[in-house]
Amino acid sequence: MRAGDPGPSRARLFADQLTPLILAGHSPPPFFKRGPAPLAKLVFFVIVSLAMLVSDLNMHYLDGFRKGLSVLAYPLQMAAASPADFVRNASDYFASLVRLQIENKDLKARQLKGAERLLRLDQLEQENRHLRALLEARDKQSAKSVVAEIMYTAKDPFSRKVILDKGAQAGIEAGQAVVDDIGVIGQITRVFPMQSELTLLTDKDQAIPVMIVRSGMRAVLFGSGNGLMELRYLAANADVQAGDKVVTSGLDGVFLAGLPVATVARVDRDQAQAFARIPCLPAAGVEQFSHVLVLGHRESLPPRPPEAEPVAGKSGKGRKARAPKE
Amino acid sequence: MQPTHSSRRILLPVRMWFVYTTLFIALFLNYVPTGHLPAVPDVVALVLAFWCVREPVKIGIGAGFVFGLLTDIGVGAALGQHAFAYVLLAYAANELSRRVLWFTPVEQALHVLPLLFMSQVVMVAVRLMAGAEFPGWWMFFGSFVGALLWIPLHYVLLLPQFQPMERDENRPI
Repeated sequence: MRAGDPGPSRARLFADQLTPLILAGHSPPPFFKRGPAPLAKLVFFVIVSLAMLVSDLNMHYLDGFRKGLSVLAYPLQMAAASPADFVRNASDYFASLVRLQIENKDLKARQLKGAERLLRLDQLEQENRHLRALLEARDKQSAKSVVAEIMYTAKDPFSRKVILDKGAQAGIEAGQAVVDDIGVIGQITRVFPMQSELTLLTDKDQAIPVMIVRSGMRAVLFGSGNGLMELRYLAANADVQAGDKVVTSGLDGVFLAGLPVATVARVDRDQAQAFARIPCLPAAGVEQFSHVLVLGHRESLPPRPPEAEPVAGKSGKGRKARAPKE
Repeated sequence: MQPTHSSRRILLPVRMWFVYTTLFIALFLNYVPTGHLPAVPDVVALVLAFWCVREPVKIGIGAGFVFGLLTDIGVGAALGQHAFAYVLLAYAANELSRRVLWFTPVEQALHVLPLLFMSQVVMVAVRLMAGAEFPGWWMFFGSFVGALLWIPLHYVLLLPQFQPMERDENRPI
């Protein structure tokens, strides 16, 4: 017994000395249970993230996933946006009186100028309706539009996108056209419940079908990335001049026809190339912060199918079934 | 023993909730809409690199991937862009950890600068390959500002570990 006695007491002494360390929480690093090798983990995550990149950029498969995650990120995003809101409101508050007066005068003048045209427009619209009724043409659907405010520029430095303060709850859908008081500024690309993301026309490769007012020629206008736009695929001898006004042609079914888009800045005709290089300046204040109008979808819904749909279905099937026999 | 703040000082063990809290605060700072302001540092990359260097066993590539995805969502980038860059960053920081910890904070910042720069180069390369416009050289100033921020960050993030649990006049850790 005597021989066994000092053993436990020495162990307890040793344990007493150890306790501060254990209390402090210093545990030895794991020697064996360390999961997969770092290189294997690296390869796995690199492959996953590259697959995500490709499927998001090229195929847009991950929009649902993004929406799900954005629900999680939304509160943090809102909280982070509040300083920007505060700065914006403060700068509005401290805007100089003179600037406001000038702006007010300018707006009044513009309203007066517009009023006369509006009065005439009313009369023209009525006349147009009568004429259409005479022609039994379908009434052009008036677009339902939403006024929204640009909150801030999206942080992604590779694209030109801004965030609007209205989203799916205000009835905004992806693909809608956005205009300001001068002309088209872009298109809604993503919709969140309370916000939406507007891709500006100057974003690289953002396209819009247009028409040159002077010659009536149709073309496609692409954003070129540096705050400008470019008319592509026009022949080197096409009838375009610097200063030509470019408006939407309405061929896409998204933008109403005749909205101002850009002005041709200059025309570089290079004989070595098949197409002319035609940079254009945006007409609207594309890169300014202001209120914008989100236009409703232009095309009207197709008419309701007639009551006798099941019969039509049967006959369709019958025809299909009969076709091979014949 | 006087507090020296040197890398070899014995510190209290890190608490994982503190690591994740700081990462979320960094995420919040990344979400602040600074628009296209030049030289805005990527705070998540910085904090992630810090913890990957300090605690290579406890935090690494997985956290980089998750916080990369969250950053992608918040700033409207392509999904996977930041995740890809942060995964590479976390791996490199984990591997370099044993070397970097020998140095003083200023020298550590010099080690972290190429890591941050690399993560930005990776993102630019990926987006340019996908056909985006080049955002301009000013963007790369962000990693230099980030490396400068490493020095104050070193003290701020280690602050909870400097506190002794019980003060002992004879044996202050």
